Amino acid sequence: MSVAENQAAAGRGSARAVAVLSSLGRFLVIAVTTYLGLLAVTFFIGRVIPIDPVLAVLGDRAPTAVVERTRREMGLDLPWIEQFYLYVKAALRGDFGTSVLTTNPVMSDIRRVFPATIELATLGTLIGAVIGVPLGVLAAVKRGSLIDQIARIVGLIGYSVPIFWLGLLGLVLFYAKLQWIAFPARLDVVYEYTFTPITGFYLLDAAIQGQWDVFYDAWRHIVLPAALLGYLSLAYISRMTRSFMLNELAQEYIVAARAKGLSERRIIWGHALRNAAVPMVTVIALSYANLLEGSVLTETVFSWPGIGLYITNSLQNADMNAVLGGTIAIGSVFIAINLLSDLLYRLLDPRTKAG
Amino acid sequence: MMLEKLALRSRALLAGAALSALLVAPAFAVTPADTLVEGFAIDDIISMDPGEAFELSTAEVTGNTYDLLVRLDLSDTSKVKGDLAESWSVSDDGLTYTFKLKPGMKFASGNPITAADVAYSFERAIKLDKSPAFIINQFGITGDNVTEKAKAVDDTTFQFVVDKAYAPSFVLNCLSATVASVVDSKLVKEHVAAVTPSADYKWDNDFGNAWLKTGYAGSGPYKLREWRANEAVVLERNDNYNGEKAKLARVIYRNMKESSAQRLALEAGDIDVARNLEPNDLDAIAKNADLTTTSAPKGTVYYISLNQKNPNLAKPEVRQAFKYLIDYDAMASTILKGIGEIHQSFLPKGDLGAIDENPFKLDIAKAKELLAKAGLPDGFKVTMDVRTGQPTTGMAESIQQTLGQAGIKLEIIPGDGKQTLTKYRARNHDIYIGNWGQDYFDPNSNAQTFASNPDNSDNAKIKTLAWRNAWDIPDLTKETEAALLEKDAAKRADMYKDLQQKILDTSPFVIIHQQLEVAGLRKNLQGFKLGPSFDTNFVWAVSKQ
Repeated sequence: MSVAENQAAAGRGSARAVAVLSSLGRFLVIAVTTYLGLLAVTFFIGRVIPIDPVLAVLGDRAPTAVVERTRREMGLDLPWIEQFYLYVKAALRGDFGTSVLTTNPVMSDIRRVFPATIELATLGTLIGAVIGVPLGVLAAVKRGSLIDQIARIVGLIGYSVPIFWLGLLGLVLFYAKLQWIAFPARLDVVYEYTFTPITGFYLLDAAIQGQWDVFYDAWRHIVLPAALLGYLSLAYISRMTRSFMLNELAQEYIVAARAKGLSERRIIWGHALRNAAVPMVTVIALSYANLLEGSVLTETVFSWPGIGLYITNSLQNADMNAVLGGTIAIGSVFIAINLLSDLLYRLLDPRTKAG
Repeated sequence: MMLEKLALRSRALLAGAALSALLVAPAFAVTPADTLVEGFAIDDIISMDPGEAFELSTAEVTGNTYDLLVRLDLSDTSKVKGDLAESWSVSDDGLTYTFKLKPGMKFASGNPITAADVAYSFERAIKLDKSPAFIINQFGITGDNVTEKAKAVDDTTFQFVVDKAYAPSFVLNCLSATVASVVDSKLVKEHVAAVTPSADYKWDNDFGNAWLKTGYAGSGPYKLREWRANEAVVLERNDNYNGEKAKLARVIYRNMKESSAQRLALEAGDIDVARNLEPNDLDAIAKNADLTTTSAPKGTVYYISLNQKNPNLAKPEVRQAFKYLIDYDAMASTILKGIGEIHQSFLPKGDLGAIDENPFKLDIAKAKELLAKAGLPDGFKVTMDVRTGQPTTGMAESIQQTLGQAGIKLEIIPGDGKQTLTKYRARNHDIYIGNWGQDYFDPNSNAQTFASNPDNSDNAKIKTLAWRNAWDIPDLTKETEAALLEKDAAKRADMYKDLQQKILDTSPFVIIHQQLEVAGLRKNLQGFKLGPSFDTNFVWAVSKQ
């Protein structure tokens, strides 16, 4: 390599560093404004809804004097703007207040409920991607064939059937009739008090501690809700994969590859899917984020103590600290997943690699 | 049938699959033999501190884990019997109540139970001044005088001084409420947190409130081991209990909100008791040979109320007409089947003086006559705020239909429970459908809210249900107060009968039914019984075969 080439490479390198930094900076600005916007909107919606937050704390039967005092204690007699200012100030210190319903600090509640949702969503997305992608590819390659029709029907049902209904049906069949899976909860009663979670992901915790009976029990509890969520994301992922693949298969480079005499297998899985994988990452990430947002209905049907159930419960009870904290947690995850899929995009896209 | 076929087919389909190897479960699920597992919607719990808790699920836990001076006599709920107290007496002027404690009793912690613990329990309840504190402070007890008015004379003698010569039945009934539960003062004092006094809270410590929210310092047949919000409450047998020990070692309440999920879990044997069953699931359980059901009337009445700020609803004939426009019988045989009993007066059955006659029946002709008399022969338009969910939605739809027959066009405004309640509490409704559970087991609790309204102005200090409906009733208010001071229990009962009659005749309240609490159980349970109130749903007598 000549000196000139070296310099050029170095120049490219630093130009790239600048580009990365500036995109990071832009990302930070976007993240911060998104957060603030999220906070403000949620906060003000929380104040506008026609529910008296004092009711959440005291219930209907508290005497008037206690109601008035509690209103002052909660700072609800202050102007909105001041309440918002105080909230943001505390939030910056990492203090999101205390949940009325659980009496715990909101952040500790979220640390407790979020792993339950993540565990479920991860398993669901894994199922969705592992089955959904090949199904979509096959449907695209054998367009109009039986397998394409089946994939279409599977997708349609996944889109259109209400998940709580599927969930209840699943419970009736696999739990009540066949007794294959366990009671709607995360663990059996027997284990609840002998098992100490570390990370909050029960399958992982049980495996780490070598408690295989707990692992099996946790598996029996998670398999149906995860399969359901997996089915939902499978429906979505397989349809999207199919259309991306169709798009790729119509490209000229495929014709070129065929002309070169490459095997059909290599063309489909090595070339077409490789290129379709780029937008697929976004699709899968989005579907994962969707499941993380809390699959409220699934969590309700399966008594799964996750974040969806937590926020819904809190919202119904006008427990605004918990709702705000939960919204921020979910917002963070969304932003993080977006960033991550952005990075993956760069890794996978051959054009960004050549650099 | 359909499902069974489906089940068979899927089994055949999956039989060979590797999946089934992972899924196949051992035999029928059974809960541990020494543990009672209940599926119960316990998401209303916000604190386990008996000085603060005022929620229905908490009442059950407190009732099983704490002792009181006196307790409701379950064989005759218009009376109380001694719990920690061996005997008690009332001074001739009716102001001083002296309680003698049973000797040699211990808290779950092993600390002895003394009159000082009783005094401390009263002191902290009054000074914390949380929702249920009014049950005690209505006797003229304040933070400043509580240490004189509720004090330990010696280790086994506790004295309680009230400000007026109230009916003793009233005072004793109030002392049977969970807020008067006796806490282990030695244990609680180890956990008090310092507080900076303010205008709203004059004391320098929290009387262990922060700790007791999830902690336990009682002496009941069970002790609270753990409460995980929205997940579970776990009770363990208290081996230091002063009476007959609990039969099972552990009781677990699992938070389950869905009636259908509770039913499935009960059928599968994963829970022993299902507590929040809707009529259709209840029916299915009653037909299952392995299961049975039980029920008990509770102190909660369901009613609709007519806001007197609405000029049409304020007419006495219209108020009366509404009482003839409810199809009580149809409701009883459908939406309320198994979960409610028609009951039209404001005192629930079991209260001192409760009357159990239901004079009203659906009578469209009579209602039309009354509406014509009120100058509204063609009816009118009106709205009703209805919380979504059952039984309120079903009741509202039935009422909408029968009102329509008399020309009254009812628009139903559905809303979330807290939302409709917020509107109701601000008196912004036309008609509200809701329920009211008595705060303590005495007729005054409901009389004070249905039949009393000391100040009907918008900024009133005391906002009763009569206030929420802008029903101004100075005479009834006085009568309610007078009933409080009647020493003779029989005469007192008569006064409440009179009040109930007047409410039936003139009030804007159309009381429809009294709640039946139901539970589905597995047949191997013995001794499971629901009590007349939520704090008397005792589980210590339950055993398993």
